[in-house]
Amino acid sequence: MAIQSKSLQIERPEGDSGFDWLFSRRASAEEQERLAREEKIRDLLPDEEDNNVGRPYDSQLLGRLVTYLKPYRSDTIVAVVLMAIASLLSIAGPWLIGVAIDRGIRAGSLSQLRQWSAIFIIAALAEWLTNRYRISLMAYVGTKVVTDMRSELFRHLHKLSLNFHNNYSVGRLMSRLIGDVGTLQDFVTWSITGWTRSLFVIVGIVVAMFALNWVLALVTLAVLPLMILLTNYWRVRVRSAYRDTRTRLSLINGYLNESISGIRVTQSFTREARNFRHFDDLNRSYFDANVVATWLTAIFFPGVDFIGSLATALVVGVGGWLVLGDSLTAGTLVAFVLYVDRFFDPIREIAQRYNTLQATMAGCERIFHLLDIQPDLLDTPHAGTLPPITGRVDFEDVSFFYKPDAPVLHHVTLHAEPGDRIALVGETGAGKSTIIRLLTRFFEVTEGSIKVDGYDLRDVTMASLRSQLGIVLQDTFLFSGTLADNIRYGRLDATDEAIIEAATAVGAHDFISKLPAGYQTVVQEHGANLSVGQRQIISFARALLADPRILILDEATSSVDTTTEKIIEQALDRLMEGRTSFVIAHRLSTIVNATKIVVLDHGQIVEMGSHAELLAQKGRYYNLYTMQWAPQAEPE
Amino acid sequence: MQGKWDIYRRLLGYLKPHWREVTVAYVAMLIATVLSLLVPQLVKRAIDSGLSTGNARALMMTGGLILLVAIARGLVSLAHRFYGDWLTFRVSYDLRGDFYISLQSLPFAFHDRAKIGDLMSRVTSDIGETERFIGSGLMSLVATILLLVGVVIAMFLEDFWLTLWTLAPLIALVWVALRFGGIVRPLFRKIQDQMGILSSVMQESLTGIGVVKAFAREPHELEKFDRESDIWFDMRYQSIKVWAHYWPLFNFILAIAIFLLLWFGGPSALSGQITVGTLFAMISYSLMLNAPVSQLGFLVNMATSADASASRVFEIIDTPNEVVEPVDAIALEKPRGEVRFENVSFAYQEGRSILREVNFVAEPDQVVALIGPTGSGKSTITNLIPRFYDPSEGRILVDGIDIRQLQLKSLRSQIGIVLQEPFLFNATIAENIAYGRPEAPLSEIIAAAKAASAHDFIEATAKGYETMVGERGVTLSGGQKQRLAIARALLYNPRILILDDSTSSVDTETEHLIQAALAILMKGRTTFVIAQRLVTLKSADLILVLDHGRIVERGTHDELLARSGLYHTIYDLQLKDQEDFLALQRGKIDEEHVHKAMEMATSMAPEKIIER
Repeated sequence: MAIQSKSLQIERPEGDSGFDWLFSRRASAEEQERLAREEKIRDLLPDEEDNNVGRPYDSQLLGRLVTYLKPYRSDTIVAVVLMAIASLLSIAGPWLIGVAIDRGIRAGSLSQLRQWSAIFIIAALAEWLTNRYRISLMAYVGTKVVTDMRSELFRHLHKLSLNFHNNYSVGRLMSRLIGDVGTLQDFVTWSITGWTRSLFVIVGIVVAMFALNWVLALVTLAVLPLMILLTNYWRVRVRSAYRDTRTRLSLINGYLNESISGIRVTQSFTREARNFRHFDDLNRSYFDANVVATWLTAIFFPGVDFIGSLATALVVGVGGWLVLGDSLTAGTLVAFVLYVDRFFDPIREIAQRYNTLQATMAGCERIFHLLDIQPDLLDTPHAGTLPPITGRVDFEDVSFFYKPDAPVLHHVTLHAEPGDRIALVGETGAGKSTIIRLLTRFFEVTEGSIKVDGYDLRDVTMASLRSQLGIVLQDTFLFSGTLADNIRYGRLDATDEAIIEAATAVGAHDFISKLPAGYQTVVQEHGANLSVGQRQIISFARALLADPRILILDEATSSVDTTTEKIIEQALDRLMEGRTSFVIAHRLSTIVNATKIVVLDHGQIVEMGSHAELLAQKGRYYNLYTMQWAPQAEPE
Repeated sequence: MQGKWDIYRRLLGYLKPHWREVTVAYVAMLIATVLSLLVPQLVKRAIDSGLSTGNARALMMTGGLILLVAIARGLVSLAHRFYGDWLTFRVSYDLRGDFYISLQSLPFAFHDRAKIGDLMSRVTSDIGETERFIGSGLMSLVATILLLVGVVIAMFLEDFWLTLWTLAPLIALVWVALRFGGIVRPLFRKIQDQMGILSSVMQESLTGIGVVKAFAREPHELEKFDRESDIWFDMRYQSIKVWAHYWPLFNFILAIAIFLLLWFGGPSALSGQITVGTLFAMISYSLMLNAPVSQLGFLVNMATSADASASRVFEIIDTPNEVVEPVDAIALEKPRGEVRFENVSFAYQEGRSILREVNFVAEPDQVVALIGPTGSGKSTITNLIPRFYDPSEGRILVDGIDIRQLQLKSLRSQIGIVLQEPFLFNATIAENIAYGRPEAPLSEIIAAAKAASAHDFIEATAKGYETMVGERGVTLSGGQKQRLAIARALLYNPRILILDDSTSSVDTETEHLIQAALAILMKGRTTFVIAQRLVTLKSADLILVLDHGRIVERGTHDELLARSGLYHTIYDLQLKDQEDFLALQRGKIDEEHVHKAMEMATSMAPEKIIER
């Protein structure tokens, strides 16, 4: 039996009612609370400009969106044409009914009645079939456009640099790929033909009305100024109201994402109640924003209905008078009344789609913004494939900076023979990572050049370069899937034997084979079912399987227990064997065993040599080396 | 198994607290429907009495009446719409709150299994689907049904025999709508699931983008994406084709009804059995169904997808929470800090035990060091003390009280945890430090930061303690994050401390700072350390050596070293190297030691390690 835990029983706000909102909005305690809440979250909301989707801008976005329809131009045109036909047929309906009544019943001709009734049902049948074909066409186009756009965006994101990805959270990218692309889907599938239909119906009905009786048509159109006033009043307000709901919803989702990621800390520090209060503020604020938007919608539609009825009343009044004066037949009047009713349907529909349009435009803007980010690094047009290399690396007077007055790396010259182990040592920000990022061409040198086996990195494709580099990053990311799949990531065509061999070589085989499912063990999200050390060892096996000529390693130390640490050291050694390796070194064993230790400071090489040489120099390295274990000695 | 209607019943339960709004909304809707049904009657009267008799006043009267009805209808439909949507958002507010509460209280065991992407999709898309249905969707559905019934009744009142002709198409309409729902429902669930798969593929590839790029595996990832994306496309296209098949059919069926009215009613009107006005009214009534019927497809779809979505939401809300406190739970106040494990065994899954019969006592203020190979159960022991998991067997006592008898909050507020990969929230530095004690004054926050050697780098940031951390703020290095986590724990001031003495990938100076901060933190608390460092082990009051979930050895450093057990092996393999550094640090740095260190370095050549 589950007993609700007391500490987790969190006070929920009273079940206040919608009436309070309606009748005592101002000056009530409720309103005070609302203002306090809005005050709290104001800082979290994005700036106004971020969301300012202006009118001229909408048309630009729309224009760009339309380019996605190009590959399906013929389908779209057919769909629009079908839509036009269907609209005409549906407009013809009331007219046909009117004719059937006039020529059949009022004129007393049964055959005429039969004939026009038959024409009516044939028109309806045709409308059904065209609609059916039209919807499946547009469904195809809409879904295809969405798939295309998502694919384009996904591919584009893979072209962007790591620098971009470091600054853009996966959560935000995902909401572009799923949320924003999803709103587009509804828009393309339903709205394009929907707008077309609304337009055709309005134009068609106006034409039909004038054809039937121009006086009544003018009477109907007399209510239009009212309609325009109402729409204008509504549009301005509803737009900002909807925008408020969207920004608040994204706040909620962002906070939720963070709450789930940080749940372990939250529970450790027993912050549940307080976090819920914050969440509730956001949730409540979203609710309030929605109520405002709802209120606006709620007054608009009855407004349209009322104007519609006003038109009907006028038509009945004026029309009846005309019929009495014998300048109008009763059938025409009936048809007219039916038209007036329908005239307001498309207006209602357009209004209903207004929110979708807004959301779509906002989504489009965000998607296009991402697509417009140029990858900062692309293969040069003349770049060739890097042939198999031996592993010689030369940094020739390499400098790197974002701004000329603040160099990150300053005239670095460094040579590594095949098989050399280069250990990069220095404080945070000394330039160790930059050297590695330049060599992997995640960044581009500003001055000087880097050559691998004599090939300038800029003259070869990134793919051919990286396929010969083994890169092991600090953050050992494992994919969901089996352990075998994860190791195989290093060489997709590797056999099971090769995988076991690689795992054995790095000392992973022992613990893997102890797992109940062995190599088929499924890795949980973020590798939660493996220890940090085990994840690291798996990532070594992955790199070993790739068998790169040059190994690039950002060592993460001490995050594992002592036994694992030993295994890792051996694995590293095995991994570096016979390869040129560049290591951001933290492990003593890595450092002392390096062919060359490169001591960096403020982007410059200050010392370079073997462990013994550098210790003897009693310089920078000597200090670093003796400092390392200082804190431990103190408590003794 | 849950019955087919249980989900709907439960959803209706969310409307219950708001019965007043529900009443207003539905009454308004009912009145609006009745008023709509009046209009054709009015027009009929105008045609029959006004036109036929040439009575101009009757015509004007009718026009006025139509207007009056319109005003009344406008008012009630305002109430109907407003409260319909109000209910939508209110239910969504309630559901989201419930979801959040249960997410927060679910134990680690749940979060270990759950995927963020999946949980997020339940909040974003599933709650969205559910709310739309239960508020305005359900109401529109009821309105459509009411209108349908109302129209049939009105027609019967108008002319019994003519109505019988239209009845067949109307019944067919209902049948087709239901059938449509039945076909679309499983398709819909499949699409949702496939979208989940596609999301996971995208999420993973973007999360691991560093690895993807490092191995130049972009083509592989794109291939995976294309495969799932294509499946999704096919499913979605298929389902819309079903839609395309049924949806326009609804309106065609209505047209059949009108056709039948003309075909069979027309001659009656000709022969004078019924008036032209009656025929008009009948046709008007049928046409009235046009708009609601086009919506029927959406509504049926909404109802069925809400069923699928709501069940996914309730699945989380209903997840049983095994870590709960009893009603009469005891508050742990000012504990001494004694921690006792009695025969504790633990398994995450049945049959895969992580801990077996663990027994030990940590006296107040003692430092207990945990050491052992990866997977030997060290972290599990630390996770059991704050009750993140409950042991499968045995019990854990704090100050002699079984922790299952304690109020969870009072227990956890006495335990501070500093883990290796600290999680910081999207908030200011000050807020992050004060995470456990949000009401702490800035002076205490600064004091904690100073003690954790974090003050200097915080001051160096642009806005100091008000600097935002995380996505929209500065990026902190691993070492800086760790020191913030230490400051956070210091401010929390727990009696019992759980930490990891490792420092991952930081430079030597930072490491120095972190170790100093940890030493301050441990003072005067019962401390459990997952130990990597010789210094920590040497100063520990009790070392527990774990292997395969059992304590294989226990004692102090010197005691354990005297035996030739696992500890000794670990010492030889790894810890011994640190001795030289300790010696080096004792202020005797001279040529001799440097020499010794160099020798040691040469002795650490990989071949020798393997030999050992």
